[in-house]
Amino acid sequence: MAENKTHILVCGGTGCLASQADKIIENLKTEIEANDLENDVRVISTGCFGFCEKGPVIKVVPDNTFYTSVKPSDAADIVQEHLIKGRPLQRLLYKNPKNNYHVSDSSKIDFYKKQVRIALRNCGFIDPENIDEYIARDGYAALGTSLSEYTPEEVIDTIKKSGLRGRGGGGFPTGLKWEITRNVENDQKYVVCNADEGDPGAFMDRSILEGDPHSVIEAMAICGYCIGADKGLVYIRAEYPLAINRLKTALTQAREYGLLGEDILGSNFSFDIELRYGAGAFVCGEETALIHSMEGLRGEPTFKPPFPSVSGYFGKPTNVNNVETFANIPVIINKGAEWFSSIGNENSKGTKVFALAGKVNNVGLIEVPMGITLREVIFDIGGGIRDGKKFKAVQTGGPSGGCLTDKELDIPIDYDNLIKAGSMMGSGGMIVMDEDDCMVSIAKFYLEFTLDESCGKCTPCRIGNKRLHEILDKITQGKGTVEDLERLSLLSNVIKDSSLCGLGQTSPNPVLSTLKNFNEEYMAHVTEGKCPAGQCKDLLKYEIDAEMCTGCTLCFRNCPVGAITGERKQPHYINQSLCIKCGVCFQKCKFKAINII
Amino acid sequence: MPKVKLSEYATSTIKEICESFNNSESELINVLHQTQSKLGYLPAEVQELIAKELNASTAKVYGVVTFYSFFTMLPQGEFPLSVCMGTACYVRGAEQVLDEIKRQLKIEVGETTADGKFSLNALRCVGACGLAPVVMVGDKVHGRVAPADVKKILAECKEGCPATA
Ligand SMILES: Cc1cc2nc3c(=O)[nH]c(=O)nc-3n(C[C@H](O)[C@H](O)[C@H](O)COP(=O)(O)O)c2cc1C
Ligand code: SF4
Ligand code: SF4
Ligand code: FES
Repeated sequence: MAENKTHILVCGGTGCLASQADKIIENLKTEIEANDLENDVRVISTGCFGFCEKGPVIKVVPDNTFYTSVKPSDAADIVQEHLIKGRPLQRLLYKNPKNNYHVSDSSKIDFYKKQVRIALRNCGFIDPENIDEYIARDGYAALGTSLSEYTPEEVIDTIKKSGLRGRGGGGFPTGLKWEITRNVENDQKYVVCNADEGDPGAFMDRSILEGDPHSVIEAMAICGYCIGADKGLVYIRAEYPLAINRLKTALTQAREYGLLGEDILGSNFSFDIELRYGAGAFVCGEETALIHSMEGLRGEPTFKPPFPSVSGYFGKPTNVNNVETFANIPVIINKGAEWFSSIGNENSKGTKVFALAGKVNNVGLIEVPMGITLREVIFDIGGGIRDGKKFKAVQTGGPSGGCLTDKELDIPIDYDNLIKAGSMMGSGGMIVMDEDDCMVSIAKFYLEFTLDESCGKCTPCRIGNKRLHEILDKITQGKGTVEDLERLSLLSNVIKDSSLCGLGQTSPNPVLSTLKNFNEEYMAHVTEGKCPAGQCKDLLKYEIDAEMCTGCTLCFRNCPVGAITGERKQPHYINQSLCIKCGVCFQKCKFKAINII
Repeated sequence: MPKVKLSEYATSTIKEICESFNNSESELINVLHQTQSKLGYLPAEVQELIAKELNASTAKVYGVVTFYSFFTMLPQGEFPLSVCMGTACYVRGAEQVLDEIKRQLKIEVGETTADGKFSLNALRCVGACGLAPVVMVGDKVHGRVAPADVKKILAECKEGCPATA
């Protein structure tokens, strides 16, 4: 970025674009031109800032003023107040919910205080469509030094010493994987970046690709140099159009700068990258399935070994790494293995990106040092539970993970601790649940996902999960028995032990962890026919409390099926045989007169 | 599979796409992506032609099309509605929203209304979890949708606001 210029960084991530960030940029540019400021101010569309909850977000640098929940119509005021009169626009500043004070400087906001940004170092700081901005922040320096100063073995050694483990879920040591692939003799090898991001409710990898595509490209080239590959492939979901476009732009720019292609930086090393599109199949995130999909086949996993490192894409040695794993590589080479391994804890080094979502106040993309506790993440960074409700559970690891309770809030987050607690790190989805969430329904939700996504190749996963789902369905309808709970856990263990790939082997985890941690809730469903959280439709009914009802008629007017009757200013009444339990009346009533029983 | 004659436009489009990938069988998924983005959906006749062009069996093409949820063999409605059923949206009430849409349109997920106006799909995480629950109409994202908002969203479409914003 040029000096002496003011930059307005506008979040151009998927979340903020959905709330008209593009229109904000357009309006800002128009206002800036109208006031003849185009030489002093630049408007930049960046990658995700992470603070999605308060989006669209804008940051003005150099003074770091942070504006939240900005609307296109605010552009004129921002230009008039901030740029012309030189004072922050109070009404758009972030307000600390604890004391209602305005906070101007983004680094002083609780949401950012405990974060350490390595993989996300450039997201929200640079224009992802401009390679010069990446280069200005040490971009491609790691590739340059690797090629000119180090042998592939030395680079691998640095990665090994750093302690970096795969961020795609498995946690396999990255340096070791590179070494294995390097040591397999073959005239053709491949580097593959896994950008399939199957966990529903997670958007880490997509945000990195949208916000900082060059970091992944650079790392893939370094990997190619280390293992002896001249070709890279990014397997990315077709549902990520913005990430795909930014990646394409970045590839073109890298080629123009000679950072991809033949004889990179005069080193005799050649490397280029192609894109391959996924088509919405979770199992394709599994590396053997991913490789079959890239070959144009159905994405069905195959038995390992052989591992892709030995026999992968078209039978050639293939090194598969996750997007976030790659994004860490250039920094490790620039700053050294020691620096990286000083962050984190004993077994897990560095940081992890999480997509924090669900019932927390600050939904967003965060990056925290390994070893931080779940409590710090949920209550300090996440700002606690919405609407003053009570924390109930946190789910990590997506459909392969488990639900943890308040008893586990103080365990330090790392690969091994989460597994010990009955969940897993996964790729970084973190969903927070409150007292209104029914854990039986949550388990059922994840199983529905697994059912949809099971490739069907092996019986325990295809049929077993279907049976699990049927039992859960029965329980949520109040028709389950205590024996069903035993069958659930028995069947779950069979599926775990006998499925072919990681999908089937982990699919019963949501069931097992909720059975263990929320047994009382299951019991309430099967013995009393009650859903304590008030979620299971078949086990609840809506009733109007005649004392509280003011007869405002709001529920009457909104009920989609005409189940509510009552005169104006008189208590209303719900006809249970008509009610479809949509909950609209409950949401609409301003007097808390409608109860879930 | 029933035989319907493809339009000349469709035939030439498919041939062009296949050629641009050197009629290589291993590019099947890329070919399907481009074809669907040009023609909207992948009915049997389209799959047969692609199989012929790529020298693959129709069974293989069909196997791939049905394996991946992104590919559809049915035409989409004028207003394709997608409800995000990712976890973040689910815990914030996406299922109730989906139920309400189903009820109002009288269709199930994967179907299109008889008048061809609306089709309904469930997606997994569109990357806007901060706005959960999320409903998309074409490319336009509606955030923080409650069941009570469904009526308004559908009415907006019918009033002729374009599917893409
Ligand atoms: C069912 C299943 C789904 C997976 N999905 C993903 C995914 O979406 N993204 C990813 O990077 N890894 C995913 N993995 C892990 C990959 O198989 C593989 O371990 C990973 O890409 C290796 O990269 P890493 O060592 O850098 O983590 C999945 C594994 C399984 C069993
Ligand atoms: S475990 Fe499930 S997803 Fe994996 S191979 Fe078997 S059927 Fe397919
Ligand atoms: S829950 Fe829905 S259907 Fe039942 S009374 Fe309330 S608004 Fe009507
Ligand atoms: S889960 Fe719906 S947008 Fe992420």
